[in-house]
Amino acid sequence: MGRQGTRVTVNGKSYARVVEARLTLADFLRHELNLTGTHLGCEHGVCGACTVLVDGRSTRACLMFAVQANGREVTTVEGLASNGELSVLQQAFIDNHGLQCGFCTPGMLITLTELLRENPDPSEREVREALTGNLCRCTGYAGIVAAALDAAQRLRAEPGS
Amino acid sequence: MDDATDCVWFASGARMKPAPFDYHAPKQLKEAVDLLASLPNAKILAGGQSLVPMMNFRYVIVDHLVDLAGVEDLRGIAVTDGRMRIGAMMRQRELEVSREIEDRCPLLTEALRHVGHRQTRNRGTIGGSLAHADPAAELPAVCAAHDAVLHVASVRGLRQLPFREFGAGYMATTLQPDEMIAAIDLPLWRSGHGYGFREFARRHGDFALAGAAALLDVGADGVVRRAALALCGVAASPLRVDAAETRLTGQPLDAALIRSAAAAAWLIEPISDIHASADYRRHLAQVLSVRALTDAARRAGVDVSRTQVSGDA
Amino acid sequence: MGAKQIGARVKRLEDPALLAGRGRFVDDVKLPAMLHACFARSPHAHATLQSIDAKAALAMPGVHAVIAAEDLPEPMRRVPMPMLLPNPAIAAPRTQHVLARSEVCYVGQPVAVVIAETRYAAEDAAAALSVQYELLKPVGDCRAAVQDDAPTAHRDLTSNVLSRFRLAYGDIDAAFTDAAHVFEEEIWQHRGGGMAIETRAVLASHDAAADVLTVWSGTQTPHIGRRVLADLMNRELETIRVIAPDVGGGFGPKAVFYPEEAVIPAAAVLLGRPVKWIEDRREHFLCATQERDQYWEVAIAVDADGKILGLRGRMLHDTGAFVPWGIVMPYIAAATVPGPYVVPAYQLDTVVALTNKVPTTPVRGAGRPQAVFVMERLMDRVARELGLDRAEVRRRNFIQPEQMPYEVGLLFRDGKPLVYDSGDYPKGQETALTFAEYESFPQRRKSALDAGRVIGIGFANYVEGTGLGPFEGVTVRVLPSGKVAVATGATNQGQGTRTTLSQIVAEQLDCRIEDIVMTTGDTAAISQGVGAFASRQAVNAGCSAQIAGQAVRTQLVALAARTLGVEASDIDLEDGQAIASSGNRPSITFGELARLAQGIPGVSLPLGQAAGLENTAYYTPQQAAYCSGTHVAEVEVDVMTGGVKVVKYTVAHDSGRVINPLIVDGQVQGGVAHGIGNALLEWMQYDENAQPLTTSFADYLLPMTTDVPTCTIAHVETVNPLNPLGVKGAGEGGTIPAPAAIIAAIENALSPFGVHFAEAPLTPERIVAALRAAGAYERLFAA
Repeated sequence: MGRQGTRVTVNGKSYARVVEARLTLADFLRHELNLTGTHLGCEHGVCGACTVLVDGRSTRACLMFAVQANGREVTTVEGLASNGELSVLQQAFIDNHGLQCGFCTPGMLITLTELLRENPDPSEREVREALTGNLCRCTGYAGIVAAALDAAQRLRAEPGS
Repeated sequence: MDDATDCVWFASGARMKPAPFDYHAPKQLKEAVDLLASLPNAKILAGGQSLVPMMNFRYVIVDHLVDLAGVEDLRGIAVTDGRMRIGAMMRQRELEVSREIEDRCPLLTEALRHVGHRQTRNRGTIGGSLAHADPAAELPAVCAAHDAVLHVASVRGLRQLPFREFGAGYMATTLQPDEMIAAIDLPLWRSGHGYGFREFARRHGDFALAGAAALLDVGADGVVRRAALALCGVAASPLRVDAAETRLTGQPLDAALIRSAAAAAWLIEPISDIHASADYRRHLAQVLSVRALTDAARRAGVDVSRTQVSGDA
Repeated sequence: MGAKQIGARVKRLEDPALLAGRGRFVDDVKLPAMLHACFARSPHAHATLQSIDAKAALAMPGVHAVIAAEDLPEPMRRVPMPMLLPNPAIAAPRTQHVLARSEVCYVGQPVAVVIAETRYAAEDAAAALSVQYELLKPVGDCRAAVQDDAPTAHRDLTSNVLSRFRLAYGDIDAAFTDAAHVFEEEIWQHRGGGMAIETRAVLASHDAAADVLTVWSGTQTPHIGRRVLADLMNRELETIRVIAPDVGGGFGPKAVFYPEEAVIPAAAVLLGRPVKWIEDRREHFLCATQERDQYWEVAIAVDADGKILGLRGRMLHDTGAFVPWGIVMPYIAAATVPGPYVVPAYQLDTVVALTNKVPTTPVRGAGRPQAVFVMERLMDRVARELGLDRAEVRRRNFIQPEQMPYEVGLLFRDGKPLVYDSGDYPKGQETALTFAEYESFPQRRKSALDAGRVIGIGFANYVEGTGLGPFEGVTVRVLPSGKVAVATGATNQGQGTRTTLSQIVAEQLDCRIEDIVMTTGDTAAISQGVGAFASRQAVNAGCSAQIAGQAVRTQLVALAARTLGVEASDIDLEDGQAIASSGNRPSITFGELARLAQGIPGVSLPLGQAAGLENTAYYTPQQAAYCSGTHVAEVEVDVMTGGVKVVKYTVAHDSGRVINPLIVDGQVQGGVAHGIGNALLEWMQYDENAQPLTTSFADYLLPMTTDVPTCTIAHVETVNPLNPLGVKGAGEGGTIPAPAAIIAAIENALSPFGVHFAEAPLTPERIVAALRAAGAYERLFAA
């Protein structure tokens, strides 16, 4: 029952696969494409560890099926660094101790990528409200919020920003 | 409980991958309703933010999913004849940032601030929220307050369904199995009307333990011409507090009137569950009614004195 | 000499890979021909297992096997899992069979496992299993469990009382007889869980040719896991390798050995193919161990000045259906109550009760948060009743720094007398209260009230035993490449083990931190290990790293001196080189030294030289290392809805010498988040039939970004005199006093209404109920 084709662009590369309709986008990324940076923490749409961008919008990959992503563009954490160099946001996480076990981190990075693209000068409150869909059990969030604000400031200071 | 039971181990155990199904992606409304009518055990997939968790838990097992994402007929925001018509597949995020909606039905914009998280609003739709009919959901309460009219589609064509006739018990609606919501009409209130949406949730974006949606049309003389108060989280479907609305209508608006109207919320029979008892919901309903009506009054241009208690600011 | 590493805010070595999505968690490991498992679990809290019919399941596509107890190898087929922490005070040391044989005792207990091509297919087949149970009466509440007519959690037991023990010292009767005041409290602290974002995971692969069984497990204790597995499979220890790769959070529940950690390896051996099991969140809610459910009745006796004369009481602890980690948690709770205060007489009677719920084992704080909650509620009560400032009451009772080392009078759970090695409790409290601007709070309170906001302030002190033994080894070895290999039994679930230990080794050897290659959590890398719990790794592994590092330094210097023809005292180490300080400063790299140390085939080593540049140290602490601190919480309460927001949080934290302040601050901040969860949000609920009611993240509430403010953290470092580094543990201090401080703050905010709280979590509904009972709403609505 229910196997069909789907063609998804992930981090700029196109992948055509035949999959079960019930295969979630998260499992598709992790097991079909071996992009294991997107994590599964709950599979019921609360923890946000599986957050990816679909057509530029933050999305819970555990609540979407790979067949729904047909024709769509997906960005995962693996697509955030360019030419092997960590992005400003990723570097800010290192500088501000924004991660401990790292399991929720890809989801955090994706959500913040969307936030900073739309709102280059967020307040602390706006950062916190943007991240309520991403749970972290290790950090108590302080380092993540600091990293987001630090990254925002650095990105604003970049020439041409 | 029986002493000896032959138990087939089923969904109470641990499973979080959905059962198998066939997936369909129609491009036209006609195709969608045909699929819904002809396929056995078929369900609509709108945003998936409520349905897919239930499928992952295997609380819901479907043989066919009909994905409406590609049906352009179900999208759009337009004002016609004093109504805001919203396509069922409009994503909550799109409604949240819509200037038109903020301008003409700001209660919806206000309520959307409380709906879930950015990720769920990016995918979740207004049609899906209404069809899912969670008692604590915010958008049904807004529709109740506005006396929304739903455009319901099936192979038999389109029909209009007033929102008051939509709810049918806990997480159930009067939609037939082969019917789907195509669009929602929100009758618009007079420009300058007051609105307020207040809810109490344990954390940011959680479902409300209780919520109040208020609309007020106040004349230049400070007399309430029209009032609507709908509560979510306190009954199977959003509850219009007719008694409160009656108490408000035709009266000069002040803090005492608001408190007296909100007291009518004390008469409701709310649900009790692990999140909140009936007593507590009733208490919240009253408190939030005061706050929502106070917000609505202020926005309607009536300077209602603030109560000096935390959270009312 | 190189830069000082210890004490520096070194950026974490773990970060770049994790940020790029290149972490290696168990589910990221893929092996050829790998199969997937789904467990069948009891839907009943108490029942006998009658039969399992797998015919339909086996016929489904992609299914390779259904394994039940009878299919398992000996001895795990018949012998239950070992009791890791035996104690003579345990009357009925019950542990689980890895798959239930005839009785199930909690909802979620595993009864069979389906092995299939995919997890999806395995779940389909598990749904087709027909399992017959005969229901037994479950016991769902520990208070009911200790009644005479209660059904027993195990059908063969005649009582649910697993253990009774008394901790006592001093003349308690005299203390109460002579007291100017006696105050009593009843305190209830509910169940909660660790809830790491990564669930449990096991992948096992058997190399039949070499007969090596490799297990990847999301565990805090791989060496313990290996020992237990060796016993359960009757295999030689050396034929099993357990690897804890990247693990997404531990917090306690992953320290325990679980049935799945034995069943999956057994399945891999039986089927001759790798088998992977990834726990889903629903299973985690049912089966991962939890903490608490404790009922306390306590009384404190004080003199007219509020000085403590004695404290006595009873505690009832719900241990669930099995005791994999013994009675350590209630014991710790009972021993922690006296805390930083002089308590001349003490008597606590603990009853540990079995119920048909998943077992309780240590979760971050491990019984200490409960104890601190009890003591700090009592101290606030004394202050309130005697009309004293809360800080002053505590000042009058503190153990003073001059009294260190201070013998409390009890045995701690490490088997040693409870002796606080160091600490300055008055300074901790003063530091925290100063940073929190406690003195000026009344003005803040008034301004807030004028703006219609109700705020309150509360604080709590704690003492925490950390750094428990027996040991955690570290091997340091200089490689021919010049890099320094470090292996340790210590593990990492986010606490930055690699970075911290690298700092220590780098400082001993004066090498670059980037040149250290570390293996953590791999039983093949070091022969003995224990694992991460009880905030023990910085002390145990840290000191081992220092000792081993120092030993290798001595070897390097000696070999360099011999090679360069100078005295050892002339040799400096810098950035991976040994440099003679005299003449034209000849040098030799670590790599070249390592090659020399390998020797030449057939040629004797010079006298005094040993093989290689390598040392393994197993530092063994003689007793726990005692941390302390004070937390101050400022909250805002919405008196109409009962909603609580923590608006400001201040910590004074003494965890001895700090190796990496960045990491320690992160541990404190993260610990506070757990504490806020325990105080306001997290509650594992069961009904009276021991059916779990909170089984998803929709029901069990974890703190979000909007619930946890960024803390102000002040470090008070009292160096531990008992270990070479002077360190103590830092992983749990953030959690321990938080519920006490927050509940105290709520009570303070609502003091005009005279309401009083002695429970955690404290929900908005309970706050409203208390306010209503106190007549608050009549007063407010009348205004």
